[in-house]
Amino acid sequence: MSILVNKDTKVIVQGLTGKTGTFHTEQALAYYGTQMVAGVHPKKGGTEWTGNVAGEEKSVPIFASVKEAKEATGANASVVYVPPAGAAAAIIEAIDAEIPFIVCITEGIPVQDMVKVKARLDASNSRLLGPNCPGVLTPEECKIGIMPGSIFKKGSVGIVSRSGTLTYEAVFQTTQEGLGQSTAVGIGGDPVKGTEFIDMLDMFLDDPETESIIMIGEIGGSAEEEAAEWIQEQAKKGRRKPMVGFIAGRTAPPGRTMGHAGAVISGGKGGAEDKIAAMEAAGIRVSPSPAKLGKTLVELLETV
Amino acid sequence: MNIHEYQAKAVLKEYGAPVAEGVAIFSADEAEAAAKSLPGPLWVVKSQIHAGGRGKGKFKELPAESKGGVRLAFNLDEVTSHAKEMLGNTLVTAQTGDAGKVVNRLYIEDGADIERELYLSLLVDRTCGQVAFVASTEGGMDIEEVAHNTPEKILTLPIDPMAGVTEEKAAALCDTLELTGAAREDGMKLFPILYKAFVEKDMALLEINPLIVMKDGHLRVLDAKVSFDGNALFRHDDIVALRDKTEEDEKEIEASKYDLAYVALDGNIGCMVNGAGLAMATMDIIKLYGAEPANFLDVGGGATKEKVTAAFKIITSDPNVKGILVNIFGGIMRCDVIAEGVLAAVKEVGLSVPLVVRLEGTNVELGKKIINESGMNVIPADDLDDAAQKIVAAVKEAG
Repeated sequence: MSILVNKDTKVIVQGLTGKTGTFHTEQALAYYGTQMVAGVHPKKGGTEWTGNVAGEEKSVPIFASVKEAKEATGANASVVYVPPAGAAAAIIEAIDAEIPFIVCITEGIPVQDMVKVKARLDASNSRLLGPNCPGVLTPEECKIGIMPGSIFKKGSVGIVSRSGTLTYEAVFQTTQEGLGQSTAVGIGGDPVKGTEFIDMLDMFLDDPETESIIMIGEIGGSAEEEAAEWIQEQAKKGRRKPMVGFIAGRTAPPGRTMGHAGAVISGGKGGAEDKIAAMEAAGIRVSPSPAKLGKTLVELLETV
Repeated sequence: MNIHEYQAKAVLKEYGAPVAEGVAIFSADEAEAAAKSLPGPLWVVKSQIHAGGRGKGKFKELPAESKGGVRLAFNLDEVTSHAKEMLGNTLVTAQTGDAGKVVNRLYIEDGADIERELYLSLLVDRTCGQVAFVASTEGGMDIEEVAHNTPEKILTLPIDPMAGVTEEKAAALCDTLELTGAAREDGMKLFPILYKAFVEKDMALLEINPLIVMKDGHLRVLDAKVSFDGNALFRHDDIVALRDKTEEDEKEIEASKYDLAYVALDGNIGCMVNGAGLAMATMDIIKLYGAEPANFLDVGGGATKEKVTAAFKIITSDPNVKGILVNIFGGIMRCDVIAEGVLAAVKEVGLSVPLVVRLEGTNVELGKKIINESGMNVIPADDLDDAAQKIVAAVKEAG
């Protein structure tokens, strides 16, 4: 078991023919044979994409639309590498084609476009991960997105993070500590997105392979506080797993956007200290440093 | 991206919102002609800077008892004398920091008879992923304070993008703002207009504080603060043309040319990181070891060698920087591209401060090889903790 993706996941790539799509599709194919089954390009339907996968040439068929690609290949997931101006339309195309799981890597999508996507998403059965996220990876089974596969190790820690590179930190450190990961998920740093912390925490609590959880948040918004509150409620019902948290942006000055469109403290809300307090109140062990995520979890597990 | 009040009002006027007549001026010579073109007999002379709290702000160069950054004038001579005092001087407000901001533009506006001051804004509510109105009868003051002290006086009203501002929603806003008669009629028209402007122009924030009910019973937008979603500027050339670069940090302007997320800070350790979360965490860990970051800099995902070079040059151009920490965990970003970019920048501008480089992730071996074979004086680091300790120690030693 794992969450979201496993060795049976079949993935369509929207934006495969671009530079980014090509590089990361090659990486995914090289990662334990992740099933990248089709590419989509409106004008290149019927052709083939050829990539260099660990020294060997591999081909993936290109279809003119997501719907055609899904029908021909039985794909149940899609990853979007389309540039910002066209990314929302690509997500909506995947929703209309009833793709159950859509991952959008694209950074810099206008917020108003995402407001429209969100409305379409709410009226559908699709789940969107992202945008502006690194994707999801289940070790030795499936890699969707841009996470570096080499730092992973099959194991027991479920990782969920708003930040891409901090996801890698958590993966790297849990690998070094010998714990490994069940699945790692980056939910993305944008203010309007498809998947929130609670959705992922719910899945991790259900997943028998996940024995502990690392959750990484950052300043801005109130998603971390809501997740902490939810964790507290679940614990009362007896649903709990050892959990380590971290909040990035403790030292960020208020009112300034820190790269992620979502990372801005405004009006005394969304500050790091409030989030840390909420996590601690929910029984989550908060790591004092981004370099101590793995060590903090090991210490916590020793006490359980 | 932020714009000035007078520009924001011009945008809202295009959509049919009720704003006062006004003229923007850049020199005191223009003041009288500007005022004469307005009806009078009351004028308001308003400093145009990208910061709030102008009315209560003080000019650095003027005596302490002088008036603030927004002034009433009851005759033409007063308009001119205010303009002379304000233009070219530095206005310090609660939002500018101690350095203040030089006033280079004034907005001369037709005065209004105020009956009541209200608060109205639009923003993207991330909890529901929709555009939301925020409305309160407590206008003209700091809304954060109202939210803190009397949260029951604030209505947050999300708008379903499929339905837009329905009559029901507009009526709910009118009720919250206690609008009756002519003001209510104005409100029912105004709210859909503001929503349309917000969505069509890709605004990030539209704040009207205050929205006023005038003595004649009608509504007017008395102040307007608008900022735009930087990710959507590619489809708004008209808005990009309104950018006032004198309001922005030079290094931040340079960074934006290369599409780098850069924020200048007060410390002395320059940081180049990929990913906003890791960049913030890098700042945090520098502080944890007792030093201060000089900046936030996220080179982003698909950075080219040229972009990395530009980023490195921006960091080294800051005279406060006494050491540099490059912290890269490559996913979409490849370590070899980072290494080549740093190398190119060092070749061009030299390196006079300690440099700690921590590389991990995609193409890490290639990246390390490029650095090792370059002959650059680099302190390599194994992980984030190691990197932070090494740069803090190196800067302390050098200083």
